[in-house]
Amino acid sequence: MIRAATTVLRPIAELGAMGLFLLQVLRVAPTRAARAGTLASLLVRIGTRSLTLVLAAGFCVGAMLAVQFHDTLTRFGSPSMLGAAVALSLVRELGPVLCALLLLGRAGSALAAEIASMRGTQQIDALACMGIDPLAYLVVPRLLACVLSLPLLTALFDVAGLTGGMLVGAISFGSPGAIVLDSAASGIDADDVMMGLIKSLVFGFLLGWICLGRAFLAPAVRGTEDLARVSGDAVVIASLAILGADYLLSALLP
Amino acid sequence: MTTDTHASNAVGVGLLMLAGLAALAFLALALGDFSAPFARHYEIKARFVSTSGLRVGAFVEIAGVRVGQVTAIALDPGAFDAVVHMRLDAGIALPSDAIASIRTAGLIGEKYVKITPGGADDRLPPGGEILDTESSISIEELISKYIFERDAP
Repeated sequence: MIRAATTVLRPIAELGAMGLFLLQVLRVAPTRAARAGTLASLLVRIGTRSLTLVLAAGFCVGAMLAVQFHDTLTRFGSPSMLGAAVALSLVRELGPVLCALLLLGRAGSALAAEIASMRGTQQIDALACMGIDPLAYLVVPRLLACVLSLPLLTALFDVAGLTGGMLVGAISFGSPGAIVLDSAASGIDADDVMMGLIKSLVFGFLLGWICLGRAFLAPAVRGTEDLARVSGDAVVIASLAILGADYLLSALLP
Repeated sequence: MTTDTHASNAVGVGLLMLAGLAALAFLALALGDFSAPFARHYEIKARFVSTSGLRVGAFVEIAGVRVGQVTAIALDPGAFDAVVHMRLDAGIALPSDAIASIRTAGLIGEKYVKITPGGADDRLPPGGEILDTESSISIEELISKYIFERDAP
């Protein structure tokens, strides 16, 4: 009976703790602005060092989309829509989602492991003892760096994908790059770009909140095994949250 | 340590921002046509017996040049005909006797509205209605007419 109650109550309590964590973070965020130097080094760690990964992945995804859509569109008699199909799926859907999942694997897991190991080695308690608010000092700049980096990385992912799609269109299917690009331009309007932008802002926020929160609130981090568990859990929960939010945003936004 | 790290951080952040913002600007301006909401437009409408196949967002063309977009298609519940609302670029003033027709790009391409300007001296005001229209031609209807009516005695 008691065990049943705890299995039901524990996730609810954890959710509540995450909500309270967010409230506290949002409360300290405006009172003490992150130091520019800290934020800069975090932006480099989270954003700039993910550039190669994002560009390479975007290029491959765009090339793959062009191959797949060429086949599908030919069946429906409109292979001239190749550029629009590739661009729409990249900008509205695949860019934000895949880029968020890539950044989650590349930077989110590292952030979770970093904070969890600080928790385990009591560095966070030490900060609090010195009168430094660990939320303001550690969490706020990291969350901000996630929210700022992801939209920029997503835009790069989209452009790399379009380039990949254009090259495949030109080399494999003999439709000149300019025609593919023109079809992409006619297929996309302001709503599509806005949807991609809003999605990537939300995903960046979810990524930072969940990875940092799970690690910050981790009860007992006593060794490598606990560290691996905390960062693994954070990545699993964050990816489910991102995919769930993706469905909701796709359904709600125009 | 500090000066060097700061300098390389600045370069890194600058790189991320420059590349990211450039990509965003490309998506928004070159592909997304973000200037559209700020450009000047005016609305006109036209009544058609059938708009079958025409969609909101379809192009409006004069002499093959894109000059606007279909913004809404609604049924007039009284007359049972379709009222198509279109948004035209502000610089284009149509003669009041212009003709609007729904055409298909290619044999099975998408439908668009073709406007043929007339010769009248007075101009169609914003919100005005094009009176002379040609409805969309349904290829299926034409084909079935051709097949079945030829067999009929």
